[in-house]
Amino acid sequence: MDVFLQQLLNGLTLGGIYSLVALGLTLVYGILHVPNFAHGAFYMVGAFVALKLMAVWGFNYWLAMLGAAALVAVIAALSERLVFHPLRHASGLHPMIAAIGLLLFLEAGAQALWGADFQRMNTPYTGIVMFAGVTAPVQRLLIIAGAFTLMLVLHLFLTRTVTGSTIVAMAQNRDGASLVGIDANRVAMLTFAISGVLAAVAATLYAPINLVYPAMGNLVITKAFVIIILGGMGSVPGAIVGGLIIGFAESFGAFYLSTDYKDIIAFVLLVVILSLRPQGLFTQGAR
Amino acid sequence: MMFLRLFEGRLGWGLLLLAGLLFPLIVGNDYHLTVMSTAYIFAIATLGLNLITGYTGQFNLAHSGFMALGAYTLGILTVDHQVPFWIAFALSGVVTVALGLPLGWVSLRLRGHYFSIFTLCVGYILFLVIEKWEGLTHGTVGIIGIPAPAAIGPLTFDTPLKLYYLVLAFLVLGVWVMRRIVNSLMGRTFMAIRNGDELAQALGINLMRNKLVAFLLSVLYAGWSGALYAGFVRFLGPDLASAAHSFDMTMYMLVGGLGTLLGPLLGALMVPWLTQYMQFLQEYRFLIFGPLLILLVIFMPHGIVGSWLGWRARRQSVAAKPVAPTVTAAKPEVRRA
Repeated sequence: MDVFLQQLLNGLTLGGIYSLVALGLTLVYGILHVPNFAHGAFYMVGAFVALKLMAVWGFNYWLAMLGAAALVAVIAALSERLVFHPLRHASGLHPMIAAIGLLLFLEAGAQALWGADFQRMNTPYTGIVMFAGVTAPVQRLLIIAGAFTLMLVLHLFLTRTVTGSTIVAMAQNRDGASLVGIDANRVAMLTFAISGVLAAVAATLYAPINLVYPAMGNLVITKAFVIIILGGMGSVPGAIVGGLIIGFAESFGAFYLSTDYKDIIAFVLLVVILSLRPQGLFTQGAR
Repeated sequence: MMFLRLFEGRLGWGLLLLAGLLFPLIVGNDYHLTVMSTAYIFAIATLGLNLITGYTGQFNLAHSGFMALGAYTLGILTVDHQVPFWIAFALSGVVTVALGLPLGWVSLRLRGHYFSIFTLCVGYILFLVIEKWEGLTHGTVGIIGIPAPAAIGPLTFDTPLKLYYLVLAFLVLGVWVMRRIVNSLMGRTFMAIRNGDELAQALGINLMRNKLVAFLLSVLYAGWSGALYAGFVRFLGPDLASAAHSFDMTMYMLVGGLGTLLGPLLGALMVPWLTQYMQFLQEYRFLIFGPLLILLVIFMPHGIVGSWLGWRARRQSVAAKPVAPTVTAAKPEVRRA
């Protein structure tokens, strides 16, 4: 039972991180219908910026997270303006290739600036909480609390504020949104900025129990894609539920099946589900 | 104008072949031969990627995974099971297609972005399996000591020069077969699917079957180019399957021109030479190529060959109708080179 609870905790941690990354991806897809392959690079840049802010500038953990979020938001908004905006009328293939170009650029840039080595991010929260026979590192609890708080804030933002509603409106119907006077360009940039913030926060939360290196985003982003395909692209609840499913599948799979193959579990799950239901788990429409 | 048009038919291809044949005489050093041969090998794979992506409109991001599949089949068969090289070579194509069939069938049920994302995941699975399944693939250590291509009758392949001609022969064969495919009814069917699959379906085209055929042909190109790669480099690591190589090939394809025959070839030969000259950048080459890729997509989405064909089509339409220069021919509908 202890082992089960332990894996449940791990699953929640992983799921929280995956959900945050997938949420950014799904929001952007909802607005622009572009699978942003560069999203993993945003995640990676977020981790590096936070790491450097702490190590070089002596920021504390939370300030570093804020700094990383702000910087990545700017990078994301800029990339919308410079890369995706000019391509908004192009065929489906070209924005994808542009996203790959952006990904390659950011990765090479990170490598040039910060080196290809694996780096460790220190966290001020190194304690361990013992509860009902489960050992929970504080950082993991922090991840869970942070991730779910952010999801709640995002949910409130999207449903309770006018600015948030413009994003939802754009995702529902671009032309309709323009007709009622919503500035499509502003909303697109805002959405990218939000996705950048989510990626940077997720990265800063997760980095202390993982490593920081230029290719760190690749695995996370492919899993985030799995999640939003499962949850339906553009669907916010789908991203959260999908993230948790993958998180649990991985933590239980790693324990009960094999640690070596734990990274494959998400993809195998995807292949199996899509073989049975090509339209995803939570969507009705055909694609 | 007439002069240039002459180059587009057989003559142009003949001249390219001649250049390929004479290339070793011009450079004369083994290093350049090796660079060129590697470029040829990737050009073969890029030709295949272009068939599914450029002609059929399905952006497959698992292509390097299939290349690695072919390479590993050859490596494992020759090193661990002492299968003769050319038999293993043939089998590597068989294995790639045999695995491509179920994978293609599952992935091609998805459309557009979903297909690309799904194949990205498939590529990742292939990479992880190759990396983790140590019993079969030697894991991260890789396969060492793959034999060079065995002699065919009196032809031996023991020097870089002979290997160069072997690879060139395969490339010529690959281009020739691809030209036949693209100009056949089947090729037209693929293009119809690219231009709009609902319309294609309305014309009575079986979407799934044709997409699957295109996928398998493209995967076969990848598998055999991978097998050539294994025989040429004689060392294999899981790195070959990484998405980075798919991205590289995408870049070759885009630089030259998506959905043209010459384009991917041109890109696959040009870009590696550019990187050679920027060797100080080796690690950071994407600092330049990343933005270049974006600029190309924005300002020159049809690549070098595609833009040239589009320009020519415009010229012709203006020449044909000097009074009312409608721009209907601006879109390079017939993208043949």
